[in-house]
Amino acid sequence: MFRYVLNKLLLIVPTLIGITICAFGFVRLLPGDPILALAGEHGVTAARYEQLKVQFGFDQPIWQQYFSYIWNVLHGDFGTSIATHRPVISEFLVLFPATIELGLCAIILAVVLGIPAGILAATRRGSWIDQSLMGTALIGYSMPIFWWGLLLIIFFSGMLHWTPVSGRIDVQYFFKPVTGSMLIDSLLSGQKGAFRSAFSHLILPTIVLGTIPLAVIARQTRSAMLEVMGEDYVRTARAKGLRGFRVVSVHALRNALIPVVTTIGLQVGVLLAGAILTETIFAWPGIGKWMVDSIFKRDYVVVQSGLLLIALLVMAVNLLVDLLYAVINPRIRVQ
Amino acid sequence: MKLMKTLLTAAALAAMLGGSAYAKTLVYCSEASPANFDPGTTTGGNDFDASSRTVYSRLVEFKHGSTELEPGLADSWDISADGLTYTFHLHPGVKFQTTDYFTPTRDLNADDVIFSFTRQQDDKSPWFTYLPNLSYDYYVGMDMPKFTKEWKKIDDLTVQLTLTEPNAPMLANLGMDFASIMSKEYADKLQAAGTLADFASKPIGTGPFTFVDYQLDATIRYKAFDAYYKGKQKIDDLIFSITPDATTRLQKVQAGECDVMAYPNPADVPAAKADTNLVVLSQAGLNIGYMSYNTTQAPFDKAEVRHALNQAIDKDSLIKALFQEAGAIPAENLIPPTMWSWNKAVTADKYDPEAAKKVLAANGVTTIDLWASDRSRPYNPNFARAAELIQADWAKVGVTATITTEEWTKYRADGKKADRKGAFQIGWSGDNGDPDNFFATLFSCSAVGVSNYSSWCNQDFEKAIQDAKKTSDMAARSKLYEDAQVIFAKEAPAFLLAHSQTYVVTDKKVSGFLQDPLGLHRFDDVDVTE
Repeated sequence: MFRYVLNKLLLIVPTLIGITICAFGFVRLLPGDPILALAGEHGVTAARYEQLKVQFGFDQPIWQQYFSYIWNVLHGDFGTSIATHRPVISEFLVLFPATIELGLCAIILAVVLGIPAGILAATRRGSWIDQSLMGTALIGYSMPIFWWGLLLIIFFSGMLHWTPVSGRIDVQYFFKPVTGSMLIDSLLSGQKGAFRSAFSHLILPTIVLGTIPLAVIARQTRSAMLEVMGEDYVRTARAKGLRGFRVVSVHALRNALIPVVTTIGLQVGVLLAGAILTETIFAWPGIGKWMVDSIFKRDYVVVQSGLLLIALLVMAVNLLVDLLYAVINPRIRVQ
Repeated sequence: MKLMKTLLTAAALAAMLGGSAYAKTLVYCSEASPANFDPGTTTGGNDFDASSRTVYSRLVEFKHGSTELEPGLADSWDISADGLTYTFHLHPGVKFQTTDYFTPTRDLNADDVIFSFTRQQDDKSPWFTYLPNLSYDYYVGMDMPKFTKEWKKIDDLTVQLTLTEPNAPMLANLGMDFASIMSKEYADKLQAAGTLADFASKPIGTGPFTFVDYQLDATIRYKAFDAYYKGKQKIDDLIFSITPDATTRLQKVQAGECDVMAYPNPADVPAAKADTNLVVLSQAGLNIGYMSYNTTQAPFDKAEVRHALNQAIDKDSLIKALFQEAGAIPAENLIPPTMWSWNKAVTADKYDPEAAKKVLAANGVTTIDLWASDRSRPYNPNFARAAELIQADWAKVGVTATITTEEWTKYRADGKKADRKGAFQIGWSGDNGDPDNFFATLFSCSAVGVSNYSSWCNQDFEKAIQDAKKTSDMAARSKLYEDAQVIFAKEAPAFLLAHSQTYVVTDKKVSGFLQDPLGLHRFDDVDVTE
């Protein structure tokens, strides 16, 4: 097991180096640069442009800029945003909990609904239940997030007034963040109605962000279950006279979950991609929206360091999934 | 009976106290997060809404809802006969805001004014580079380093600005956001503590609202400044709820989560107008959308070709297709009709494809490059669509246009190159309501390679706009700008498209909100009724 973990950890190093090169290089391949973006419509004279290039260090050879960036990162300095002049790490730490909270809620929703839906569809294979569930999953998977989000806002917030339109909590509640999770902080604040407000603000973004993972997990669970249900040991369990529920929950599900867990791990990347749009629609102050804004402003420092921090997060989750995979599938440990 | 009286009195007192304790709150759905709260270091309208127009004041101010100047922190000012010396007499007893991070010990004085400007010019000052990668873009963009010779303290309440050469638009410049007056006492305190960066995140000013808190990308909170020199505001609390998506903003204002929203989608304007709980304010923007011809390159080096290309464009249809329900005013001049010195005798080229066809054929014009960007701007919501429509109009007169589309920042950088080929779509939103801000910024000889996308340097036009800078006689200035418009119309260095309408949606319980011609959102003198 130790060797397994060590192998996984060692793989992270070249991946990280690759990510820093991609993040550093790709953002510079985009047309325009931060000086032009910051100058606004006034523009800058050629002399001023050159002066600012020197000031920002963009006159240095690209490899030198890269190594200087890596050197700083290795010393814990992720740089300062060109647009806001704030340290990237401090912005990340403020915004990151909001994305995590939303992402966790979305993945919980996807797992809690997706796995039972997949099991139900598999056990009722070919029935109208199976067809409706998988049809719905296909629609969910194909749904454009932006359109879906606006549709929910217009219907549930605009027409029915059941949920708030956007944000993390009603503006009337004001307290300093402690954990960064609005649900927990609202409880800690002791302000009456704050938790309820925070919870209601989470509903629509969670549904929007959780829709695609839910569809994927439901479909993956169904196909894994169908595969497992045809195995000899399941047939044996049935032959032994075990009840259908026990066969499904103990014998089939545990084995079917192995690929499902991998799928859930892979959904972290999907969630972060979906968070970009979800956060924009719901004015959710997270890292998705932050990255998009920074790309538009050509804020090289935020883009390269933000991507690195996000990649670290995704890799940490994937490592966790791999470990979990090893726990639920002993064959992996042996290999 | 006595007990009853006591109880009634207590109940009445409680009701009164309850009433007085009720805080009037206005929630504004803003479109983007501010970069920071130091208006000298930022360039965006959303930055200024959150800093200069809430927390700070200036020596002179734009009248609410207008570009007319009125006294601000300076009660009055004298301009020397040669136009080189401006002496400002400060309003006595102006207080700076008190917060949990700063308690001022003195009122505003000349030191604060001098500090506010010299920090942006003196490269030896620690404030010149107090943030990483800092540049005072607006200060430089408005040519302040070139025109400022010296700021001098005459006494605590008198401060003098000496210019290097006469510059009539200077007064309007001093009403702009970068000219916000900061507290030198606060700056000194931060400098002593070595926490200079706090200057941009924990602002202290003399404006109508005191900064309370900013939750990154989420909300900004202010409270009315009790000792504001023009009197406490009618609302107690002002909250910016940062909501980047325009459709979501409209839903929020419809759901009562916001009282005022910025920049509705043009397509959503009819829906907002149909909502009886909302008020849709609209105003002709202080802007111009146009298409520059590079006058140094064939075939645009001939005025008759430029006129013919203008005549070939069906401007009314183009405006309808581009601006849709939002609407726009067809441009006759470079400046909008609401701006002083607008020459009503001057008209733009009329749609006349037959006349255009003859001139273009005679000059052998058959192909043209036509530029478009991917970005939507207030003065042109869709460059690509505009390019397609212009391309279709030009095709009717025998000219084949090839459209080049580029990303916004690269687009502008490529567009201003002196050897750029083709017709280049661009536009401008005014900074300070002075015609110089349009004429000199966009078409002066010194703006070639910077923001003069036509590379047009006409000596008569240049003389008129430069002379207008040197005199503070308004009638004389107006006449010079009117002359400049005649020259511009004759030479046609650009196709003038439109001045777009700008919109703000408010809840009907909001009163006193006036649209700002400069595109900002101000909440002084605004009230909400519950």
